[in-house]
Amino acid sequence: MASTAQSIIDGTSVTRVERASTLGACGALLHRDFVLAWRRRGELFLPLLYAVIVAALFPFALGPDPELLVRIAGGVLLVIVILAMLPALESMFRADLEDGTLEQWLLAPQPLALLALTRVIAHWLTTVLPLIIVMPLLGALLNLPVKVLPVLIVALLLATPLLVLLGSVLSALAAGARRSGILMALMLLPLAVPVVIFAAGAIAAAQSGMPFIAPLTWLAAALILAIVLAPLACAAALKIAVES
Amino acid sequence: MSRSYLPHWVHWLGSPPNFYRFAGALRPWLMAVALVSAVIGLYGGLLLAPPDYQQGDAYRIIFIHVPSAWMSLFIYATMAVAGLVALVWRVKLAEVIAMECAPTGAAFTFITLVTGSLWGKPMWGTWWTWDARLTSELVLLFLYFGVIGLYNAFEDRRRGARAASLLALVGIVNLPIVHYSVQWWNTLHQGTTVNFLDPARSSIAPSMLWPLLVMALATHLYFFASLLGRTRTGLLSLESGKQWVRALVGGQPAQTTGAPT
Amino acid sequence: MAHWLAMGGYAIYVWPAYAVFVIVLAWDWFAPALRRRRLTRELRGRLAREHTRNTRAPHAEVST
Repeated sequence: MASTAQSIIDGTSVTRVERASTLGACGALLHRDFVLAWRRRGELFLPLLYAVIVAALFPFALGPDPELLVRIAGGVLLVIVILAMLPALESMFRADLEDGTLEQWLLAPQPLALLALTRVIAHWLTTVLPLIIVMPLLGALLNLPVKVLPVLIVALLLATPLLVLLGSVLSALAAGARRSGILMALMLLPLAVPVVIFAAGAIAAAQSGMPFIAPLTWLAAALILAIVLAPLACAAALKIAVES
Repeated sequence: MSRSYLPHWVHWLGSPPNFYRFAGALRPWLMAVALVSAVIGLYGGLLLAPPDYQQGDAYRIIFIHVPSAWMSLFIYATMAVAGLVALVWRVKLAEVIAMECAPTGAAFTFITLVTGSLWGKPMWGTWWTWDARLTSELVLLFLYFGVIGLYNAFEDRRRGARAASLLALVGIVNLPIVHYSVQWWNTLHQGTTVNFLDPARSSIAPSMLWPLLVMALATHLYFFASLLGRTRTGLLSLESGKQWVRALVGGQPAQTTGAPT
Repeated sequence: MAHWLAMGGYAIYVWPAYAVFVIVLAWDWFAPALRRRRLTRELRGRLAREHTRNTRAPHAEVST
């Protein structure tokens, strides 16, 4: 698997079959995803740009009253991150399904769930982490109180991987279907409701000076559960997607 | 591969042409009883039952709102069970049944939300509130739409049915999570409107209880009748190349080359 | 009768609620019939085409 992955990147032909270790396979997959993301690095700026534009639109739409912005900034930023994540989420597995890589995954000796989890990690690192890094800037645009910023970032660090894990299952389910812009959002919304509630709860608690640790621990617990279960559901969905 | 633990008639019924005929025979009877029950229930609810001492005549929405709410949940459970059978055992009939549950389920969920809103406005003073029950019901509607949308996005109907069944199963896990998380969220943000007191079922007047139960029966029977009809159409569509469908549609005699698959 | 229709003043809430119930379930009952009619029409057309193809060239390979 490792040499196959390397040859895909180099363009060299595979001369012998090599049995890679599980860690090696995941490492190769991560490397491949990073390289492919780097080749499209221009595209990675689009979600960031989208987030900045929407964040800038809010003061224009609601009036620049600083009091109002302070009250809504945390929740608005949470929603902006989720909306900015959505387009990339849809195409997590589509390209690999279309060019046959997904069938190689099914044939690989490594567990499919593990490969799916690796793809999730790569996806989060390349598409979501930049959004979180940009949070201080967006917070400044929306008058986010400084004491809320760390809680917002921690909430995002817990909520966004959770959403990417859930989104991976949905993306695998929809991978074999016709492209539909709104389908992903429609499927994700019911699953995202509890995540948003807890993340927003933490942010609101931090804003009013109340203890915010409880909703964050709920998010962390959900995240741990999702890390275990979502790849399994994702693998089941990928099997459905690949069979013709 | 002995399946001796399943009765023979289950196998017989699982075959599409058999189910088609059986459903076609049963459906009109189910609908007839459903309509009669509905007339009886509505007569009892709209005419016989006295006005509520607190809510006047507005409470009469209960006779369609509560049965619809019950159906919205029951249908989802049915869809999930059929979906599970479709995923695990790849039974064609289960795939069709699971997918044909969704539109009727969405219809009942929609009715629940709208009638609830129309009931809430005179009682609570608001068309909508984000409490656990209403939010969960709205999320349920989105789950139905998601299943319908995903199923219809596939060219291959069988694959689409399996994908949408997996989505339905993921959704069923999510439903109690949404309900409890919103409850937590709502108690965190105090100060909602006056909560409609929902007395335990035992304290509802008998004159109001029996029409409610009759309406519940009527809606269940209606759902089964509707499901049988939709499943028949779904089977025709799925099996359109098969001999039994051709015989049915074209009026040609079925070929005697063995049992239709 | 008029008193009953007025529903104690709540008529504008009660009757639209019942109307929604009836209309939505009527849609649920009749919409599949339209789909079924279209389906049988298509199938009959396909059968007719195959029949003419068979009778014109009875030795040709027919795929279902």
